Amino acid sequence: MGTKVMATASARAEILRRIRAAKGGASDADAASSEWEGLARGYRRSASLERVAVIELLEDRLWDYDAHVARVARVNVAAQVASMLEARGKRRMVVPAGLAVEWLPAGFEFVVDEGMSAAELNEVDGVMTGSTVAIAETGSVVLQNVAGQGRRAATLVPDYHLCVVRVEDVVETVAEGMERLAPTAELTTTFFSGPSATADIEMTRIKGVHGPRFLDVIVVD
Amino acid sequence: MSGTALDPKTAPAFPIAARTAMKDAQLRKNVRHATEVIQAKRARVVAEMPDWQELREAGKQIRQHTMMHLDFYLEEFERNCTRAGGVAHWARDAAEARQIVTALVKASGSDEVIKIKSMTTEEIQLNQALEEAGIRAYETDLAELIIQLGHDRPSHIVVPALHKNRHEIREIFRREMNLPEIGDRPEDLADAARTFLREKFLRVKTGVSGANFLIAETGGVCIVESEGNGRMCLTLPETLITIAGIDKVLPRYQDLEVMLQLLPRSATGERMNPYNSIWTGVSEGDGPRTFHVVLMDNARTEVLADEEARQTLNCIRCAACQNACPVYRQTGGHAYGSVYAGPIGAILTPQLQEMHHAQSLPYASSLCGACYEVCPVKINIPEVLIHLRNKVVKQNGALNVEAVAMKAIGAIFRSEGRFRAAQRLGRMAETPLVRKDEKGEGWIGWLPGMLGGWTQARDLQEMPKETFREWWEKRGGDGN
Repeated sequence: MGTKVMATASARAEILRRIRAAKGGASDADAASSEWEGLARGYRRSASLERVAVIELLEDRLWDYDAHVARVARVNVAAQVASMLEARGKRRMVVPAGLAVEWLPAGFEFVVDEGMSAAELNEVDGVMTGSTVAIAETGSVVLQNVAGQGRRAATLVPDYHLCVVRVEDVVETVAEGMERLAPTAELTTTFFSGPSATADIEMTRIKGVHGPRFLDVIVVD
Repeated sequence: MSGTALDPKTAPAFPIAARTAMKDAQLRKNVRHATEVIQAKRARVVAEMPDWQELREAGKQIRQHTMMHLDFYLEEFERNCTRAGGVAHWARDAAEARQIVTALVKASGSDEVIKIKSMTTEEIQLNQALEEAGIRAYETDLAELIIQLGHDRPSHIVVPALHKNRHEIREIFRREMNLPEIGDRPEDLADAARTFLREKFLRVKTGVSGANFLIAETGGVCIVESEGNGRMCLTLPETLITIAGIDKVLPRYQDLEVMLQLLPRSATGERMNPYNSIWTGVSEGDGPRTFHVVLMDNARTEVLADEEARQTLNCIRCAACQNACPVYRQTGGHAYGSVYAGPIGAILTPQLQEMHHAQSLPYASSLCGACYEVCPVKINIPEVLIHLRNKVVKQNGALNVEAVAMKAIGAIFRSEGRFRAAQRLGRMAETPLVRKDEKGEGWIGWLPGMLGGWTQARDLQEMPKETFREWWEKRGGDGN
């Protein structure tokens, strides 16, 4: 191991030397920072639609990706969850710690993920989570490793994902979404835009390869 | 189709390889169909963005800025990644990168790896090196799986199996997965891949990936993908090894807001690809316990040193230029002899070879500019192509045929007397080659030597008996 570390250290010095020689000198934090501040950002960085239209756009984009979407009042989340699980024939769902208990209807089994193995996750009917941000323009929902959203494996291995999005977490543009995420940028983060898909065969988009093949989203007012 | 890797050092020159590809009607049909579909999808989702040109400009400026401060941003990335529990390694070239990755896989205690599609690992022919070290690599991207099982080679940066149609893919899966009954609907094929790979995702303890972006400010890594195979490889193994070219760094987290709009719309014509993953080092109880990132030069600093070609490094590997290129659309990717095909390959490949190999690639273009128009970070590919042609000629010395011919033509064009003499000489010299058609017009169907390139695909009309100047002078030259 000792010699390998040495090799890497000299490779590091050599690559940095080559870069500096190539562009005629070393760079520093002040120069990089002041130049970065001056980069042109003429693109849209705030919403242009009314709130109602933003939420409708999100729903529209999600349907477009073949997700099922329902919009309900806060008090009706559990009933909506029950109806979606019923429609999909799902009984046993994994949920991350910290998911709002009032969202969970009776009559189904909700297993809290306390470090389940991948094989165990492969056996449940689906997963239910909240979300951090949703981006209407691209139909994307963003999960981070926080209470109610949990670790990445749990939203990946099961074949069905039921995700709850609060309207106050919906933004119109990608730029607004990234701004919301910035304070927690270092948490593991997953964007999903529809169910897993591929276009590798003759460029035909088909739903469902390795990630959850079925996606339901509940937008809560 | 051979199973050997695409290696610019041993690949035949483009015109020779292209001639073979042009004879494969099925390949050309598949490539044409796929590139037409992606181009139409891209055009639709780009048109709905009122600020597309502003995004392109921002993308260009961010990438340019990054290259001018590359040393600073790489060190910042390394510092932040390390702080978050990652381990950074540096590799001067492909051999060093292969060596580091192989040693890391062995240290992880596994003799198998699951892989996310990565052109960087194709560039350094990693799978072959792993195999030689007794490590089995499973490609998990559907297209890469098709390539691997078919003992084939990638022909496109984003959709490596774009040259195969569903019937050909069905044959590969039927044979290699031992599924005699498999259908040829894309759904059937994707289902087969799901079943085939799921067991590997759940079992294999080491993952290998490339990277779309390294974020200097946070030490995070971002990967965009469609199928979820990427998420599987990033999340389920105990050890994750990421290989990234040093050009993949971005200054700040906020810069993703530009790249995550430019990349999916340009690459697959989607508003957003199904999955983006961002992770920083290791996180307790969520994903791999050990994370390595290998920062690889492999001649990228050579590209950086050439002021006029430096913009090549701004590439974010969307392949929009491949889909738009009239040359690529005819030949497909293999003729380029490199994992980087199409217009970006024509400028990137010879530079990564430090101009010692793939010298024919800068000529594999009609300079129509379609690539520049679709590039999300505004790389002026035609400009770089001409610059590299210049380099090739210079490198081949002042005595090579093209340089001598250009010099002679320059001398002729500078003098009226020499120009007239050349025209007379041309009329005499062409006489034995001219054949008359039924209208009595003369055509030349074959020219000797280097001039033969012109008559390979079309006839040349014979020179007129009298030039405009001669005609004008005969009339007395007063214009009446």
